[in-house]
Amino acid sequence: MNTASLIESVKDQFPDAVSDSHSYRGDATLALRPDSLFEVARFLKEDSAFRMNLLVDVTAVDYLTFGKRPTPAFFASSGVTVKPPSQISDDDPWPGPPHGSRFTLVYHFYSIIHKHRLRLVVPVEETDASVNSLISLWPGADWLEREVWDMFGIAFRGHPDLRRILMYEEFEGHPLRKDYPVKKRQPLIGPAN
Amino acid sequence: MTDPTTSFLTSRLDKAIGWARKYSIFQYPFVTACCGMEYMATACSHYDVDRFGAGFPRFSPRQADVLFVVGTISHKMAPVLKRIHDQMAEPKWVVAFGVCTCTGGFYDNYATVMGIDTIMPVDVYIPGCPPRPEMVLDGLMKLQDKIQNQQTTGARPTPEPRPDIFEA
Repeated sequence: MNTASLIESVKDQFPDAVSDSHSYRGDATLALRPDSLFEVARFLKEDSAFRMNLLVDVTAVDYLTFGKRPTPAFFASSGVTVKPPSQISDDDPWPGPPHGSRFTLVYHFYSIIHKHRLRLVVPVEETDASVNSLISLWPGADWLEREVWDMFGIAFRGHPDLRRILMYEEFEGHPLRKDYPVKKRQPLIGPAN
Repeated sequence: MTDPTTSFLTSRLDKAIGWARKYSIFQYPFVTACCGMEYMATACSHYDVDRFGAGFPRFSPRQADVLFVVGTISHKMAPVLKRIHDQMAEPKWVVAFGVCTCTGGFYDNYATVMGIDTIMPVDVYIPGCPPRPEMVLDGLMKLQDKIQNQQTTGARPTPEPRPDIFEA
């Protein structure tokens, strides 16, 4: 399926679950409402038209400071913009950050059988930051979800072993959260510089 | 033992032992990152560190003389590196290979040790990202000079204090 039919198929199947969608250069993205992630993901894996048998990546975005900081001087002077060049059409543009939610979880799926990709975006609240684990569908979600827990502090309900995977057990906080102090150091041995 | 500055025999023994040690460097390569590729290129036949007697890596710290720390050291890895260093028998030397081990390099974040000399003494610093093989060989020869001039007995020269470039 192409990107448009991927989006339309999921929208037809789950009219209440999909809150937004966009696509850019052949990559389709669906923004879901919270708590509909698991059923949509199971549909994507088991439906014969989708067969998303590879969970490529799970990551998250912290929108705490999104749009609230000035562009760094280097990027401002280099002429780098966030808009695509005009010769690349952007007919279905990004709708923007989620309203009212601090985080979004991002799931990348790929179908080895049908060779198509789909990205799911799920907003996550700051208080009680947790979503359902996808381990029962893709066992490979184990370490990916542990990494998101480690870096962003988003918990996964139903994960059998939700421990840190990159940082050490003694580490406090979640370093990729935007409110983690840039200069904060927590060495196991040696000076804190 | 008599005063080494007046005793003919002892000073010649110092020199002989230094000569033997500097041409039989058993190195322990503690390779964690991309510098490892450059280390391997230097250690193999094209640049041939065996010319300097350092072509025999030992993967046990008990059998090694020189600890080559090659690549970024994270705070999670730091206790492991410290233990490896503690396990090595005296006399031992440490080479910081690459700018990450010297100062942290371009990393200044929650995960990276800002130079391994914050956790252990370092004898030779080889900066570069990664260092050219010529720089590695130059560092190796500087280490040989250091080993040659080291007293057989007695304390090794104390390292220079690290400049305090960090604000509290």
